[in-house]
Amino acid sequence: MSDLNKLGLAEARDKLRAGDVTSVELTQACLGAIESAGALNAFVHNTPELAIEQAKAADLRIQSGDAPDMCGLPLGIKDLFCTKGVPSQAASGILNGFVPEYESTVTQNLFDAGSVMLGKLNMDEFAMGSSNETSVYGNAINPWRRGNEDTALTPGGSSGGSAAAVSADLCLAATGTDTGGSIRQPAAFVGITGIKPTYGRCSRWGVVAFASSLDQAGPMTKNVRDAAIMLETMCSHDPKDSTSVDLPVPNFEAMLTDDIRGKKIGIPKEYHMDGMPAEIDALWAEGREMLKAAGAELVDISLPHTKYALPAYYVIAPAEASSNLARYDGVRYGQRATLAQGDGITEMYEKTRAQGFGHEVQRRVMIGTYVLSAGFYDAYYNRARKVRALIKKDFEDVFAAGIDAILTPATPSAAFGLGEMSDADPVKMYLNDVFTVTVNLAGLPGIAVPTGVDSQGLPLSLQLIGRPWEEGDLLNTAYALEQSAGFVAKPGKWW
Amino acid sequence: MSIDKDTAARVAKLARIKVEEDALPALAQEFNTILGFIEQLNEVDVEGVEPMTSVTPMRLKRREDVVTDGNQQDKILSNAPDAREGFFAVPKVVE
Repeated sequence: MSDLNKLGLAEARDKLRAGDVTSVELTQACLGAIESAGALNAFVHNTPELAIEQAKAADLRIQSGDAPDMCGLPLGIKDLFCTKGVPSQAASGILNGFVPEYESTVTQNLFDAGSVMLGKLNMDEFAMGSSNETSVYGNAINPWRRGNEDTALTPGGSSGGSAAAVSADLCLAATGTDTGGSIRQPAAFVGITGIKPTYGRCSRWGVVAFASSLDQAGPMTKNVRDAAIMLETMCSHDPKDSTSVDLPVPNFEAMLTDDIRGKKIGIPKEYHMDGMPAEIDALWAEGREMLKAAGAELVDISLPHTKYALPAYYVIAPAEASSNLARYDGVRYGQRATLAQGDGITEMYEKTRAQGFGHEVQRRVMIGTYVLSAGFYDAYYNRARKVRALIKKDFEDVFAAGIDAILTPATPSAAFGLGEMSDADPVKMYLNDVFTVTVNLAGLPGIAVPTGVDSQGLPLSLQLIGRPWEEGDLLNTAYALEQSAGFVAKPGKWW
Repeated sequence: MSIDKDTAARVAKLARIKVEEDALPALAQEFNTILGFIEQLNEVDVEGVEPMTSVTPMRLKRREDVVTDGNQQDKILSNAPDAREGFFAVPKVVE
């Protein structure tokens, strides 16, 4: 059977169960696709031997009859996850040569379920970026193009390699992480599904830390059903992450009924941004009609502090990053700068960090250092944490009023060209996360679902935001939206 | 609030990132752009609001104060840029 790499997780699982294919066949199809997709620069560390070994073990397990859903399914893993014996460097030069002696909890959960790792995926350095242009490995490229143009577009960021790989069928699905929109924005830019679960659902242990109070892992998949299947396996209570929640993980797939009759869907007026492209507005209106037609009730709501989410994020995330990234000192792991005669330990730190960190990471570490420094801590950091409390309260109020989920655009535009933002000031790039960042600040689950294409044929997505810990209900609403939208477009293969 | 070259240099020092003298004015300018954006937070009435410490209303778990891990010196040193005789090695710290 050809084109096995084009299957989704659910389809492949069912074929494995039926004995129509083997995990080795699926894995070989993906490895072949990866080999011919160097132009996308999505996979940055390939692990073909490990993959075949895992696939053979998975086939035995499937034959024995008690394999979990994710068994034998070949995945790409974002470079932010530490994977034992496999280079893991968060797309940073400062972690050049770093090979973890341990496995992240999320990847361990996937491997325990029998999943196959094809390799590590490109991303923005330390997950800081919205276009995958800050990676030490170079840009990942979006498989989609505008009409007949050959301009290289960004797959979004920070999980840009994951997005490109899933969209181009180099793997069946991939892991991503989301601190301000890093799963949902790239998923939207390539027309796939991406869910960030409630903060605490997925263990952060072994995931290179960016901003610990915001970081969450999640799946990036070809459809909503696949997201439900993979998310269930990724989630667990983990004593090694003190913020990991001790709640049972439901069977999310079983909750996909396509029945959303009577659900109250909030439409927040603050997400109507000035200067928002007409196509995004139209997409949003179509989404509202689809949910209404499926029996949901639309309710106009207000989330008054929305406009302050990005500025609060750009205090809190850099502050936490400056603290988390203090560990990269050239002593315990990663790359140390070559020192001059007479250089002491301070010069070692300063040169190592200047050489090892890219420009955007340096800028954010220094902003974080500034807002935490004596005299500014209250004015910036504490104020931002108070505003964050208000942003969370906005959501609590609407949920208390009976809203089940909130529908918004996922991104303010379709994928843009690589380099198009390089002359803009950093704030312009930050605006990419305007619709997603509130969700991280409030710790809520959010999912991006492709529902249409723009006039140039690029995919566009809507975002649904759910109540805390109710990913199952959120996935079902997303499933209903997906069924109505019937988005099936794929990028034409040019690579 | 405006950040000048000297403040930029002080922040770089605090962050232990070497920034060349001629790069400081541009860095200060970038800081000012970002901080200008952040200044919007001053419009918000935060009177009486507690700063958020945990996004989920949960108490951090406690455990017995016992050793749960250890005895893996070789693994801990395996990624060190310079490890000697079972230790991390760094340039001379004390004269």
